[in-house]
Amino acid sequence: MARRQTEPILWLLFSGGGLAAALLLPVILLLFGVLVPLDWVSPPSHGHLLAVLRNPLTRLVLIILCILAFAHWAHRFRYTLYEGLQLKHLDRPINLLCYGGALAGSVVACYLLLTL
Amino acid sequence: MADRITLQVTRYRPEEDLEPARQNYEIPFRKEWAVLDGLNHIKDHIDGTLSYRWSCRMGICGSCGMIVNGEPQLSCAAFLADYAPGPVRIEPLHNFPVIRDLVIEIGDFLHKLPQVKPWLIRPEPSQEPGEHLQTPAALDEYHQFSMCINCMLCYSACPVVGLEEDFLGPAAIALAQRYNLDSRDQGAAERFDALSSPAGVWDCTFVGECTKACPKGVDPAGAIQRYKLTAALESLKAFVLPRRAR
Amino acid sequence: MSYTEFHPRWHRPHFPVFWWVHRRSYLAFVVRELTSVFVAWSVVFLLLLVRAVSQGPEPYRRFLDWSSTWWVVTLNVVTLSLVLLHAVTWFNLAPKAMAVRARGRRVPNTWITGAHYLAWALVSAIAAWVVLG
Repeated sequence: MARRQTEPILWLLFSGGGLAAALLLPVILLLFGVLVPLDWVSPPSHGHLLAVLRNPLTRLVLIILCILAFAHWAHRFRYTLYEGLQLKHLDRPINLLCYGGALAGSVVACYLLLTL
Repeated sequence: MADRITLQVTRYRPEEDLEPARQNYEIPFRKEWAVLDGLNHIKDHIDGTLSYRWSCRMGICGSCGMIVNGEPQLSCAAFLADYAPGPVRIEPLHNFPVIRDLVIEIGDFLHKLPQVKPWLIRPEPSQEPGEHLQTPAALDEYHQFSMCINCMLCYSACPVVGLEEDFLGPAAIALAQRYNLDSRDQGAAERFDALSSPAGVWDCTFVGECTKACPKGVDPAGAIQRYKLTAALESLKAFVLPRRAR
Repeated sequence: MSYTEFHPRWHRPHFPVFWWVHRRSYLAFVVRELTSVFVAWSVVFLLLLVRAVSQGPEPYRRFLDWSSTWWVVTLNVVTLSLVLLHAVTWFNLAPKAMAVRARGRRVPNTWITGAHYLAWALVSAIAAWVVLG
């Protein structure tokens, strides 16, 4: 695929990830990052949470969320490094770090969510 | 002293200066004066060597762009009364080489603009006699983007223009959209290559300062994001159906 | 480059590396862009939770204990606020990329933003109900 054709696809993934992250991450973070740890909400029982996570629809939604959100980070962080620290001359290692990292994270996410 | 105001103007005389420096001018303060009137007063009565561009003095020619108190402005549209009691800091637009004082070199923009083919493209002559008809709704689609006066305030405000030498920039892309969205135009495919190159829309990270700086309400940031979606969907189609002729 | 009579030496100002600290709107832009790091951490945190759950009740309890330590809570409060910043800025900017037309008229940007917020409320409510219910 021509180099100039990858940029639009990456942007679409970034956009999808931005939307998915905006819709789903706040409530997840609120529950498990703040409310449950501070004991303002009682944690769901292990059995219940396991059953929720094992549901095929949940798995699908979470896999898509993880892949898109990692892709969102990769694309955005790459440009933040280019512009914020003027590191565009290091574009090869940066691309490897960002998109490679997103790919690795996506593989881990799929593995965890599919082998529950 | 409410009847005087100080203008701190950046001076750069290449024949004697290595670096630009500020020079203070104290001028009369008239409440109806624009910054441009202040500069004209300096040139006419205080220091004839001050160099700057201006023409229509009514916000339509796009010649008098400069930085006033850190913000890109048309000097004919920035009023001294809004900066009173001063001092008013006046600098040349950012992201362009400075030829002299407040005069910048815009050759780079003039080279980039034709790359997006900002004219109506109709490969085949029209079958109908007479002018092309266009409904008000069709005019509405691109009208906002046609208001660009090439004043370069958006280029001054955009950090990517300063960071990326090849970036087409807000005005050029907005003008490309003015034609892409014009119902009389059939040239979107011809503009695609320039716009979707890495130095085209993809360099933009939606800082949004261009739209804030624009004195004519063009919203170049919106034009660019819309084109990103258009180009991305085009590329997706090409990827999924590679043999489909464009 | 020396001055020549027929081509004066142009002054090319140096573009500072930290151009974004000099202006509030630029700083706000960089903060907005850095929210992506906290988006990534949120996903990592989510995956740590998933892993703990998959390993059994005891690892799950250990995860809950770990997530209650003061520094993890602090990190996650910061993360939540920045993920919220991401969401709000995203919903406000998303309509710029879309020119939606319905019944021949352009849908106002505020409606598109509003639709995003509605979807957000719906998704959050459903997720909370599924997880806690």
